[in-house]
Amino acid sequence: MSERTHFQKSRDRLNMKLVITLLIFVSAISILLAIGIGPVSVPPKIVAAILGDRIPILTAILPKEWTELDAHIVMQLRLPRVLLGMIVGASLSVTGVAMQALVRNPLADPFILGVSSGASATATLGMLFGVFHFFGRYSLAISAFLGAAITIIIVYSISRVRGRINITQLLLTGVVTAMIMDAITKIITLHAPNALGLHNAAFWMSGSLAGAKWGYLQLPFIVMLVCIIVLMINYRSLNALLFGEETAGTLGINVNRMQKLLILIASLLAGVTIAVSGAIGFVGLIAPHITRLLIGSDHRRVLPVSAFLGGILVVWTDVVARIIVAPEELPIGLLTAIIGGPFFIWLLKRNTRF
Amino acid sequence: MHLRVENISFSYQEEKKILDNINLHVEKGELVGIIGPNGSGKSTILKNIYRVLKPDEGAVFLDDEAVYQMHVKKAATKLGVVGQENSIPFDFTVGDIVAMGRGPHKGLLESDTEEDQRIVMNALKQVDLEHLIYQDYRQLSGGEKQRVIIARVLAQQTDFLILDEPTNHLDIHHQLQIFDLVKNIGVTVLAAIHDLNLAALYCDRIYLLKDGKLVTAGTPETVLTEKNIGDVFGIHTDIMIHPITKKVSITYLPESLAETEE
Repeated sequence: MSERTHFQKSRDRLNMKLVITLLIFVSAISILLAIGIGPVSVPPKIVAAILGDRIPILTAILPKEWTELDAHIVMQLRLPRVLLGMIVGASLSVTGVAMQALVRNPLADPFILGVSSGASATATLGMLFGVFHFFGRYSLAISAFLGAAITIIIVYSISRVRGRINITQLLLTGVVTAMIMDAITKIITLHAPNALGLHNAAFWMSGSLAGAKWGYLQLPFIVMLVCIIVLMINYRSLNALLFGEETAGTLGINVNRMQKLLILIASLLAGVTIAVSGAIGFVGLIAPHITRLLIGSDHRRVLPVSAFLGGILVVWTDVVARIIVAPEELPIGLLTAIIGGPFFIWLLKRNTRF
Repeated sequence: MHLRVENISFSYQEEKKILDNINLHVEKGELVGIIGPNGSGKSTILKNIYRVLKPDEGAVFLDDEAVYQMHVKKAATKLGVVGQENSIPFDFTVGDIVAMGRGPHKGLLESDTEEDQRIVMNALKQVDLEHLIYQDYRQLSGGEKQRVIIARVLAQQTDFLILDEPTNHLDIHHQLQIFDLVKNIGVTVLAAIHDLNLAALYCDRIYLLKDGKLVTAGTPETVLTEKNIGDVFGIHTDIMIHPITKKVSITYLPESLAETEE
């Protein structure tokens, strides 16, 4: 007991500046190392040199000791992929945090509650029929966002009984919705394989970062940044919401507006992310959970820390996906499911204690 | 700070009225109790006041301002609430929870100041829990949790408190402590109270409720009579003015004794 108290005490006095600096450092190292690892490996020193060469002042100083092939691999293949991994991981993690606050339960995750499946289904629909083409280059992201939003609203309203979320109903509704949405995705992809190009059923359902290009990074990055900032501004409301709607109201929170905001943000993050990476499951469950174990549940700390941890987690899982069956590649979503599934079950067992 | 509740009626579905034309008022500095059997509508009245439920008819005024027109954040700086639902399925320290009471006083980007920390610490001292400030809230006993919630509402620093059976789960020492506390800090209080003797001991006035209707209201001496309690709760009692407290003291009589007395 006293040890626990001591742990909590030190946790409460955690210096957030130090934690964030540390996380930025670990992220930078992860990016550097992850770029080098793959079917063709590039030593970290060379990676650093190639990256450094892009910074105008350093170009003159650094000696050029790499091949054109190295430069191409680093700049065109690996770097966008690793950066996309960071963004996707952070987005999924924060989606998890937002959904967990919405349903007041640490078991919520876009993948488990069918949101990823919903986004995939509408995204494939959009691609096939060109329904959302008038949105231009963002049509895929927007169609995925709509699917995510529809699924969250369906699952949320079905499992909300008298102002409270029934967790059994929530999980079951999520599972069934996911099945329906996955079936839709499969039907579409089976019937029109050519029209969908790279994006086949396997891509949507097991997720992959393999197609990463520089062009894919901009929108998810902006959406991630905006959503995290908006959530950070509302961290008090998020904390109060965990007490339930009634109490949050008495603490000065506009509950209704906050819930709508959370649905919007979770859908945006999930939709935009899934449009570029397919469904990568359980990140939104694992990263926030580890975060809370380390620094508690205060959203002011949870949001930035879980974003970094989510990013780091996805980057390294993607590294494993690249090398585990080399020269083939494993879809990253399969790996996260193999780690995340048992984790979810452990959490489910543990959670019944409270 | 005074509260007026005018002609409130409320029902969940059309058929049955849970509250039927309730009128009550609380004047500045008073501690007013609502008593009544389970399901008589005590909590429902309070929820209609603190806006979790919306009355079908009637209105609630706080200092002549309609509560339902008030901005939610402003309402939270005037009206502090201890409800019955106080579980949180996430890991927060006791200090974090009490600090949530400061939320209504904070702008969007404002962070907690030393003044806030002092208020939080002070609130915890008032409920005897300052030693648990870094403890995980979920690991506390029911009574400790209840006192943390009371500390949270103290940190909220409102002039008006609504307490829904605030001494549930508490041992007798802490029951008295909580009521002594709210009585002494000079706030205006409306509380649903389960224990009739506690109501008698601390309330300035009492409203007696049965099946969603007010039966009677007044000082503890006029409301807590053997007849009223018999009518509403269906039990026999022996009531006297206690020589030390000079307050109404109720002794509940078992069926066997009650018959011989009559």
